[in-house]
Amino acid sequence: MTKPMDHITWQEIEPGGVISEPGNASSYHTGTWRSQRPVYDVDKCIRCWRCFIMCPDAAISPDYENNRMVWNFDYCKGCGICAFECPVDAIEMQEEGE
Amino acid sequence: MGRKVGIEVSIAAADAAALCDVDVVAAYPITPQTHVVEHLAELVASGHLDAEFVPVESEHSAMSVCCGSVAVGARTFTATAAQGLALMAEIVYIAGSMRLPLVMFLSNRALSGPLSIWNDHSDAMMVRDCGWIQVFCEDGQEVFDAIIHAFRVGEDPQVSLPVMVNVDGFVLTHVIEPIEYWTKEMVQKYLPPFQPVSRLTPEKPVSMGAFGMPEIYLEQKMAHNVALLNSRPIIEKGWTELAELTGRKYSAVETYKVDDAETIILGMGTICSTSSLAVDKMRAEGKKVGLVKLRLWRPLPSDDLRRVLAKAKDVVVLDRAICPGGGNAPVTSEIRAIMYTEPERPRIHCMIAGIGQRDVTPDDVCAMVDMALSQSIKDYHIYGVRG
Repeated sequence: MTKPMDHITWQEIEPGGVISEPGNASSYHTGTWRSQRPVYDVDKCIRCWRCFIMCPDAAISPDYENNRMVWNFDYCKGCGICAFECPVDAIEMQEEGE
Repeated sequence: MGRKVGIEVSIAAADAAALCDVDVVAAYPITPQTHVVEHLAELVASGHLDAEFVPVESEHSAMSVCCGSVAVGARTFTATAAQGLALMAEIVYIAGSMRLPLVMFLSNRALSGPLSIWNDHSDAMMVRDCGWIQVFCEDGQEVFDAIIHAFRVGEDPQVSLPVMVNVDGFVLTHVIEPIEYWTKEMVQKYLPPFQPVSRLTPEKPVSMGAFGMPEIYLEQKMAHNVALLNSRPIIEKGWTELAELTGRKYSAVETYKVDDAETIILGMGTICSTSSLAVDKMRAEGKKVGLVKLRLWRPLPSDDLRRVLAKAKDVVVLDRAICPGGGNAPVTSEIRAIMYTEPERPRIHCMIAGIGQRDVTPDDVCAMVDMALSQSIKDYHIYGVRG
């Protein structure tokens, strides 16, 4: 498949809605659901990786070269768990569009 | 040619499923379907049928087991009635949507309440829009043939849809009729091994029954609807080849003395036998009356119905389900809808009768026709109600 869901026609649907290509959830960008965005303060961050561990969507990962955490906004739903869990308040949730 | 035996229709239906060499039977006994399940259990227990009989704890589980077993590619059969169908209704829709070709024997029974075990079509109408192929049978031979035909058509890779074989509770399930059995060789010739379009297997993982987001739900519903409509030629082909094997030719819409008929009675199931006697009686009185038996309820054979009904002045639909608070009744509603756009159309009268197995005799059918023609009944009439 890999075609975005909102481009698939009824003729292209597999019989019974079967998904014959496993693991294609990544082609669905759940980041579009986000109403709040995490804002990261690299100076406050102590690199404990708690946000990386807690993120339910594996949207946060360590960037070794630049010695910081990075967010994949294709999949970050803006749930705020990272901001809640951060022990040094290095992550703040802000309304999208602000 | 198979041998002809005098046998209870329910037992013959179970034998027909067994002849199709089903792999899985998952069903919960409920009147008036019980004898079908009992006999299949006997066949499995005695070693006459090599199948997995799953004695589920409810109909909801029965249909769930059926979905799972078809998903792995097992030929699957179940049977139920009224309250059982109500309990499995959630999964009935899912089996349709997932295009899982199981076969269900539905012994039509009135839905509670009040609690009834007797016959009408309210159970079938409850799941009318589940997206299955739905046929109604008039006699035991039709039931026997319909089950084998159901596997053949439903499992066809071009169709891949579940099939519901409707059998009037008691008045057909519990009667003893002469039924010509198919031989094993005939079934093997007619029914190829089940090759599902998709199959749950570790060799090639797939996801079945996935979430239908707002972006995709409509497209999947459309695809399902088109698949059901497109099953029609395969259904017809199945009947043609069945005729070559057995000499019995079925069709979606069957007619009796309609060629010069001014008035046509239309019904589904056993009420058609009764109505044919009424037609003979009215013909003897010089009335130009004919009968249309609608066998294929889904997909609705709109083309055939339009062709047959357009010639009549009056159509009297015998509906066997009450639609409380509605405009008429389920079958009439469809007939009125498909005829509405015709340049010339008959008056279509809705007669609701035979509810909760209130007896309908040929005289009752004659009376309903007379009433429809002589009285101005606007939306519908509930026949025979006291008071």
